[in-house]
Amino acid sequence: MDIFVQQLINGLTLGAVYAVVALGYTMVYGIIQLINFAHGELVMIGAMVAFTVINLLAAAGMPPLAVVLIGAACAVPVCMLVGYLMERLAYRPLRQAPRLAPLITAIGVSIVLQHLAMLVWSRNVLAFPQIIPLTTYSFAGAIVTGVQLTILGLCFAMMAGLALLVYRTRLGTAMRATAQNPQVARLMGVDVNRVIAATFIIGAGLGAVAGVMFGTYYGVAQYTMGSVLGLKAFAAAVLGGIGNVPGAMVGGLVLGVVEALGAGYIGDLTDLCRYGPLADALGEHCADGGHFVLFGSNYQDVFAFVVLILVLVFRPSGLLGERVGDRA
Amino acid sequence: MNRRKLIWTGIALIAVALLLLPFALSYAGTAWVRIANFAMLYVLLALGLNIVVGFAGLLDLGYIAFYAVGAYVYALLASPQFGLHLPFWVILPIGAATAALFGVLLGAPTLKLRGDYLAIVTLGFGEIVRIFLNNLSQPVNITRGPQGIAGIDPVRVASVDFSRSDNVLGVVVSGPMKYYYLLLLLLLAIVLINVRLQNSRIGRAWEAIREDEVAARAMGIDTTGMKLLAFAMGASFGGVGGGMFAAMQGFISPESFVLVESVMVVSMVVLGGMGNIAGVILGALLLAFVPEILRWTVEPVQQALFGKMLVEPEVIRMLIFGLALVLVMLFRPAGLLPSAVRKRELTHDRTT
Repeated sequence: MDIFVQQLINGLTLGAVYAVVALGYTMVYGIIQLINFAHGELVMIGAMVAFTVINLLAAAGMPPLAVVLIGAACAVPVCMLVGYLMERLAYRPLRQAPRLAPLITAIGVSIVLQHLAMLVWSRNVLAFPQIIPLTTYSFAGAIVTGVQLTILGLCFAMMAGLALLVYRTRLGTAMRATAQNPQVARLMGVDVNRVIAATFIIGAGLGAVAGVMFGTYYGVAQYTMGSVLGLKAFAAAVLGGIGNVPGAMVGGLVLGVVEALGAGYIGDLTDLCRYGPLADALGEHCADGGHFVLFGSNYQDVFAFVVLILVLVFRPSGLLGERVGDRA
Repeated sequence: MNRRKLIWTGIALIAVALLLLPFALSYAGTAWVRIANFAMLYVLLALGLNIVVGFAGLLDLGYIAFYAVGAYVYALLASPQFGLHLPFWVILPIGAATAALFGVLLGAPTLKLRGDYLAIVTLGFGEIVRIFLNNLSQPVNITRGPQGIAGIDPVRVASVDFSRSDNVLGVVVSGPMKYYYLLLLLLLAIVLINVRLQNSRIGRAWEAIREDEVAARAMGIDTTGMKLLAFAMGASFGGVGGGMFAAMQGFISPESFVLVESVMVVSMVVLGGMGNIAGVILGALLLAFVPEILRWTVEPVQQALFGKMLVEPEVIRMLIFGLALVLVMLFRPAGLLPSAVRKRELTHDRTT
């Protein structure tokens, strides 16, 4: 039971990060129906910039919390700029093109960003300095770290802030109008280009913070970290119903929990020695408390994709989505 | 009449050039014959993917998974891993069929999805296959995990061993040269299949689906069936390519089947011109030779300019791929050699 609670907490933390990244995907998709393949790279760039800043400042002997905050504060504008340039240079000219064209462009942008990052930060795994003191709290028999609590708190604050922005401000109203029908929104006096650019910028800012959180949580960053994280976040966005802001939050949390619980239990569940008749059949493998594990926790990365495929097959509109996956 | 003569003369000249090429290359070194072989392998893959992306308009970002399936089928059936040593003409069809089966397995549940979703799902599928290859060393050792499978049999036909040099009528024919001719033969078959498909009932059905799926269905085309067929066919070409790769290399590991490879094959198809066979061949050859050209130029140039190596050729290669994808889509969306239909489609403004 303790393990269950522990995995649940780990999963929620991870899921909150996925949710914040997924918001970037879902906002862009909701507004221009583009899977911004390069969004994961923004997360990576955020982590990398923060890494550089944190390393510089930590050496100068500033208080740890301030260092991380300044790191994040530097990462956000950089990512926002990259996000804006991406939209302006690579996607805007293709807005009227058939759907596959911007998707292919996005793949290209992703490759370019990844390798530029590699030139700047090398191909090595960079270790984030562990400057935040490790405080732990116990909760229902499990251990929660201060970093986890901070990440959870920050993620929920950002999600709440975004929800306020989308549903309570003029910009949010313009965004929703553009998502529904760009032509009519334009007729109503909405500057569609600006709204779309704003969407990219906000998504990029969220991605940057997610990158910093991911980096501090795992303590490492690498130029390739964006692609898998991005894919998982995309899976989370689809799970929640792509184009749907609350959906991305729910999808991210669910995916994080599924992944953590899945990785925690799949080894036990697929240990054939636990199943009487099979154990007899396997004989020597299971003797002396041996194990015959079909799938271990090294299959963790598969869960997101399996979830993605299952959702698309059985409920393409996602958990909360009103949009349909095969909308022409 | 005169024009026709000209075309045939051209084809004959190209044929002779292709037949003599390995001898010319082997003067420069056997390494160049190998490079040509890999370029041909990429052409093969690109043509296979062209069926899926170019003809049927389904963006497949996990194409390398089928290549991996073909390679692993070959490796498992012709290596000391399980002590099996089947001849290559038995394995290649098995590999193609297995890859096609995987194609159907992936396609059946996902093909009703719209294009961009399909792209991401195929990408996920490619990753799943790689993760499995990496981990299927336990509890039963099937793939040997990240270590990969070594000692794979080369192609043998009758008494001719493709890993050794032979003396044919006083001319030395090296191993890579034999593979060159085998690949040339395969390539010829695949180009023929592509050309015949394009102008067939099936090809027209694919084109109709690509242009407008709803309209195609209204015209009585079994869209799901046709899309599955495209997937299975593309996959089987990937399987054949994988088998050849395993035989030529003698060693495979999951590292050869990463996402970047899928992207590379997609780049070839996109750069050359989706749906145009000549364009795809051109794109594949261009991108296959880029790394070699870079290898010969980047290092000396940087040495001369800065006195040391600042940027690795590999990084430049990837930057070129990425930029090529972006720039082609921005300025020449139909590719270097566009197919007539595709050009109309890609430059046509959507009015929704």
